[in-house]
Amino acid sequence: MTYDLTFAKDVYQKAEMGHWIKMCMQCGVCAGSCPLRAHWQHSPRQLFQMVRAGKRDEVLKSSDMWMCTSCYNCIVRCPRELPITHIIHGLARYAETQGAADPKQPTRRFAVDVFWKNITATGRVGEAMLTMRLYFQDGIGAGIQRGLEMRDSALGMLKTRRLNPIPFRGKIKGYDGFTKMLAKAAELEQKLENKA
Amino acid sequence: MEPKKIGCYICTGCGIGDALDLKALKAIATKEQKIPVVKDHALLCGSEGVAMIQKDLDDGTVNAVIIAACSHREKSAEFRFDIDLMERVDLRDKGIWLLDVKEGDETAEEDRQMMAEDYLRLGSVKMKKMDIPSPFLHSEGSKDVLVVGGGLAGLTAARDIAKAGYNAVLVEKSDTLGGKMNSMLKVTPDNLPPYRDMADNFIGALISEVEADNRIKIFKNATVTKTSGQPGQFDLIIKNASSTKEIRVGSIVVATGFDLYDPAKLPANLGYGSSPDVVTSAEFEKMAKEGKIVRKSDGQPAKRVAFALCAGQRDKEHLDYCSGACCIYSMKQAMYVIDQFGIDASTYLIYQEIRTPGQMEDFYRAAQEKGAVFIKGDVTGVSGQAKGGVAVQVNDHLMRGKESLEVDLLVLATGMVSTVDTTDPNVASPVGTGRDELPGSILNLQYRQGPSLPRLGASGFPDSHFICFPYETRRTGIYVAGPARRPMGIAATMTDASGAALKAIQAVEAVAQGVAVHPRSGDLSFPSYRAEGCTQCKRCTEECPFGAINEDDKGNPLFNPARCRRCSTCMGACPAKVISFANYSVDMISTMIKEIEIPEEDEEKPRILVFACTNDAVPALDMMGRLRSPISPYIRIIPLRCMGSLSLVWIADAMSKGFDGVLLMGCRHGDDYQCHNVRGSALAENRLSKVSETLQRLKLESNRVKMVEVNIMDAETLPGVIGSFVEQISNLNPNPYKGF
Repeated sequence: MTYDLTFAKDVYQKAEMGHWIKMCMQCGVCAGSCPLRAHWQHSPRQLFQMVRAGKRDEVLKSSDMWMCTSCYNCIVRCPRELPITHIIHGLARYAETQGAADPKQPTRRFAVDVFWKNITATGRVGEAMLTMRLYFQDGIGAGIQRGLEMRDSALGMLKTRRLNPIPFRGKIKGYDGFTKMLAKAAELEQKLENKA
Repeated sequence: MEPKKIGCYICTGCGIGDALDLKALKAIATKEQKIPVVKDHALLCGSEGVAMIQKDLDDGTVNAVIIAACSHREKSAEFRFDIDLMERVDLRDKGIWLLDVKEGDETAEEDRQMMAEDYLRLGSVKMKKMDIPSPFLHSEGSKDVLVVGGGLAGLTAARDIAKAGYNAVLVEKSDTLGGKMNSMLKVTPDNLPPYRDMADNFIGALISEVEADNRIKIFKNATVTKTSGQPGQFDLIIKNASSTKEIRVGSIVVATGFDLYDPAKLPANLGYGSSPDVVTSAEFEKMAKEGKIVRKSDGQPAKRVAFALCAGQRDKEHLDYCSGACCIYSMKQAMYVIDQFGIDASTYLIYQEIRTPGQMEDFYRAAQEKGAVFIKGDVTGVSGQAKGGVAVQVNDHLMRGKESLEVDLLVLATGMVSTVDTTDPNVASPVGTGRDELPGSILNLQYRQGPSLPRLGASGFPDSHFICFPYETRRTGIYVAGPARRPMGIAATMTDASGAALKAIQAVEAVAQGVAVHPRSGDLSFPSYRAEGCTQCKRCTEECPFGAINEDDKGNPLFNPARCRRCSTCMGACPAKVISFANYSVDMISTMIKEIEIPEEDEEKPRILVFACTNDAVPALDMMGRLRSPISPYIRIIPLRCMGSLSLVWIADAMSKGFDGVLLMGCRHGDDYQCHNVRGSALAENRLSKVSETLQRLKLESNRVKMVEVNIMDAETLPGVIGSFVEQISNLNPNPYKGF
């Protein structure tokens, strides 16, 4: 494959924190610091070089940036002080807005299909409904099976009042303001996208 | 000369008084060594103790001082007296601190006392054998400095010499000043923050400054055809097309810069010559300066440019070394492209490791910020394309595989080759890396060891210890600065030139006072020889690491004291023992060896003599004392100026005196030497290879003598080294010469 900077220039401009990718010096400290490294196909370092090499599809379709748990180990250790966690999230978001993200990626499914819908509907996370949606994502049979697997944990949490079994109804105070904020964020994001 | 009146002052502080029998010690000084004044003090380095010594000096009771206290490396500021003869006896650091004595262990206490008494004897004998050195002075010396080369390094050196109030003579071979800087569009950052931006080329301003300075005399189109004499009185012949001038200067700065490696010799995979769109950095710089960053094939703008760093550098077949500045200047050139074409620019730097000496890491960041892409990998192939530009095949270490680049230009960052003629008298063939022809001699030195400067390793650069003594060459008073010394960029070159200028000034001042320059700065002594004993064997003239000795018509040595660094290698080399210094001689050390008391064989107290280099081994031993790492109480240490001064006579003396073994502690030698006198320890080891003859003649085992390399940092490993030698000796029978 031939190096081509078109994709990199897109990412620098349009992905949140994407411009930081320029500054990576490929030392690999992030790769060595990531507790989930074994589950990534490409480390942050590799992902950044793939951006520079112009491997658009490989980067955007990759499962990698969805694996980040935001532990911030890489940010703390990066000798070039890159906000790696944020760059990774920026890349994930960029993949999503480009419609390139793999729809079956579990984290992406949770984030986009479950979490986002749940939180934007009321303004806060409804734990019971969130869990339910997550468990029954793949149909009733799979949902029941998952539920049974987690039975002990759930009962324990109920007993110690860590889980409210009654779904949250209604909306948070100032829900209108909340939706306005979201609309503004979407507008800003669109502006970024439209930038030359 | 006034007769020597020796005073011996023993310190009893730091536990010395508790550990040793002071009365017995004083008896050694007074009764055995017959020293007229012997005093002790509980805190000799305190104001009271120092005043006690000063009083004896002031009232004329004493004019030579022995201080028996700590190592000579301690309290040197306190024990600073205005006298010519002083000797420090180390009872503490290399004495009581190196012995592990349990309370009430009478044998160990006795051994400790014997050791201290021996050290006092050594100091006393040494003092008796010392004469007051008188400096080598001459009246017609010059304090002017010759600067060869009118590029950045030479101009900076000349300017700084003039700024410091000295006269400089600047010799430039071409008809213009400025050198390679003249071809540059912009320059990499200098030594001032923020180190991020390219700077305007300032060479014009520097040239004007130098040309306007009336302390600087400039010769253009000129070369130095002859350099004879010594620091303070170097006599030069400077020639140009029409005239010949004879000039005397005091010291010399060589700043002749670099040549670039011949791109035609580069490996084929870099593709030089395969397409007009493969150019060298120098060619690219020229294009940028002319405002034409275009494909050479069809004149189209070159918006996509790849830079191959290490084009021949760090490659055993080409340049074995890192050229130090290519990463940086390639980043600068990438910035040219980005600044010109903005968002349309694509620049790639294909590197092995990015090296950013000095403050240049910030410049690297600036290049990244501008969007230059860095690819760690090797260029495996280049092919010209019909549509113009080239395709570059890369073995990409970051992407772990083969990648390719389609670019308008491939720029090869070729490395620097020294312009200084270097030869090593110890290696047969001269090397000039990557050249068809060797460079002509720059100084044409009229030295016994040849017209050139000795080189370091196989690189072709002049020898200059890069950490301990930059700028120094192996020719005293001649300093090399800038890329002539080692490859370097603009910021480093300017610092280097200033450093060499100051060294050159230091040299003329030292010579005017008749004292040595580095590493024995301030030493007044210099070698002389007994002509009637000389056998004209020429070993001294061949071995002197600094080429200080010429030969007269009869083949006798002709010392140039101002070239001498006082390492005493000549003294150690001389088989006839005719070379000596006022305060250091073969006889002095021989007498010291003979003064050490050797117990009878049946006492079962062996004796091992250690000759320790005063530059590295002695500090390491001092550090061992501080760490209280115990060694055998049977060891006696004699510091030497340099292992190079080792005379084989001393080994014979030690053996016939009854020492059971001799351990020599010299510095590391070889290409990465640490010897302050460059060749001292190497020559000593060479001499030692002949010691087995001496031992055979005495019917002794050859493993009684051993040489080890000791680094100043070796305090933790040295006890093991000493321990294993002591064990090796204890496995042998006692030396049968004891008691003879």
